[in-house]
Amino acid sequence: MATHLLSAKTLSRHYGSQIAVNNVSFEVHKGEVLGFLGPNGAGKSTTMKMLSGNLAPSQGEIIINGYDLLTEPKQAKAHIGYLPEQPPLYKELTVKEFLLFCARINQIPSSKTKAAVDTVIERCGLSGVTQRLIANLSKGFQQRVGIAQAIIHTPAVVILDEPTSGLDPIQIREIRHLIRDIAKEHSVILSTHILPEVEMLCDRVQIINQGQLILSDTLKGFSQQMQTSHLLLGLSSPPAITVLQNIAGVLEIEAQTDTLFKIHYSPENNPVNNIVSQAAKKNWQLIQLTPQQHSLEDVFMKIIRDEIPQSDQGV
Amino acid sequence: MFTLAKNELYRLFLSPLAWIILALTQLILAYLFLTNIDYFMQIQAKISAIPGAPGVTELIAIPLLGNAATLLLLITPLVSMRLIAEERRNESLPLLLSAPLSSSQIVFGKYFGIFGFFLTLLTLISLMPLSLSLGSQLDFKLLASGLLGLALLLASFSAIGLYLSSLTKQPTIAAMTTFASLFLLWIIDWAGNSQISEESTGLFSWLSLLNHYQSLLQGEVNSSDIAYYLIVIATFLILTIRRLDSERLN
Repeated sequence: MATHLLSAKTLSRHYGSQIAVNNVSFEVHKGEVLGFLGPNGAGKSTTMKMLSGNLAPSQGEIIINGYDLLTEPKQAKAHIGYLPEQPPLYKELTVKEFLLFCARINQIPSSKTKAAVDTVIERCGLSGVTQRLIANLSKGFQQRVGIAQAIIHTPAVVILDEPTSGLDPIQIREIRHLIRDIAKEHSVILSTHILPEVEMLCDRVQIINQGQLILSDTLKGFSQQMQTSHLLLGLSSPPAITVLQNIAGVLEIEAQTDTLFKIHYSPENNPVNNIVSQAAKKNWQLIQLTPQQHSLEDVFMKIIRDEIPQSDQGV
Repeated sequence: MFTLAKNELYRLFLSPLAWIILALTQLILAYLFLTNIDYFMQIQAKISAIPGAPGVTELIAIPLLGNAATLLLLITPLVSMRLIAEERRNESLPLLLSAPLSSSQIVFGKYFGIFGFFLTLLTLISLMPLSLSLGSQLDFKLLASGLLGLALLLASFSAIGLYLSSLTKQPTIAAMTTFASLFLLWIIDWAGNSQISEESTGLFSWLSLLNHYQSLLQGEVNSSDIAYYLIVIATFLILTIRRLDSERLN
């Protein structure tokens, strides 16, 4: 019990007849960053909303730091910080006023509010803008204020819903730094549809699709799933496709255009050397050879493909 | 809860709306106040001879409070519309919902915030009749009863406005529905008066916000009138709390 800061059991949520989240169970351990990965509309935000107490689950229970979110909402909510997709800000207030308000509603004793606000301003790099109106800040800074709001009461679990969406690349990098910094002291649940973000930040990954958890793994295991196992090959004068198929190490080949081929291979047996030497020998005129990074879509497709036979067996 | 109320009030005063409302209400009522004084000056000579004739309080202060009620009926929806509807539109409601606050704390916080604003307004309004005490004798009991009536009326307006604001995402819709409901509750006893059946007359005039206010303006502090306002306030606050709770479920 002590190591699970948050545990969700058989969580389900229906919107009318539509099932947004279906029977999802998971746990978050102390000091861990859990990535929730999924395409848009997979149920990520719904799950986040349920964990933060904004939405009651149709079924299941959520225990936060030993408190049941449904029966003891106040105690449970004191241990979570939540940043929704759209940061909840009062834009007519200055950064400092807003954070003071957040400190008070999160029941930080009044003797400590000032210290809490100062700490969080420092941590989120807001020192330069404390007296500015939130409405006049850039999206990146507004996002930081949103994060500051979520961690001000040093909650056990911080829930961030797509914290980097809509930011420019520099801001994204800064926010990621901030999240990694936060993860030193808090457990973080992070939802995203950006794969590199998960690789950079998370210890454990869960993939959710159509309301169901289809994968829950450590980042290491997940990276293995993502190992490059195909490459793009471009040849100006290609031979017959069967010739390519017979090169040692090639598992499968798809012709994408007349001159472009997608080659699948097993990671242990990389055919690149063979291809290059054959191409030089037989004058295929190699113009492109690119190892392909698995995109999120590919990982999904792969996992979903793996998933279907299993569930068929179940039926 | 009081943090929320304070924040609500503070944010209200950050917008020009609050200041404009305070200024314009004061302007219009000051004009009415002066016309009432003028009228009183004209008839003063005639009525001074009659024993038990109405004095300054009856002729100036009470009509002023009566007019203030009508004016505030128009103004309340403008202030109350933003309470929850605007938070919803700006998507800042999750801030409160995920903080360790119960729905009733959120609702009471918001309610006391707006009521604080109306109390400020009420204080400013009451300064006008009170200024008469510099040169004349006021019936303080009558005035107090009238002010109590106005305070209760405003408290009911705010509760109704808060509930209707919790139903929608669009502040303008909240304002329109609040105005319509308040106006209906205001005039409902007109229909009541024209009814032939006595039972429905009783019901309609009991429902009217105006009716209960009038007896307070005449200096009659009936517990039934006060109970009426308290029931209205409690009903709409409870409805709002339930509404916020049910939002998590649906």
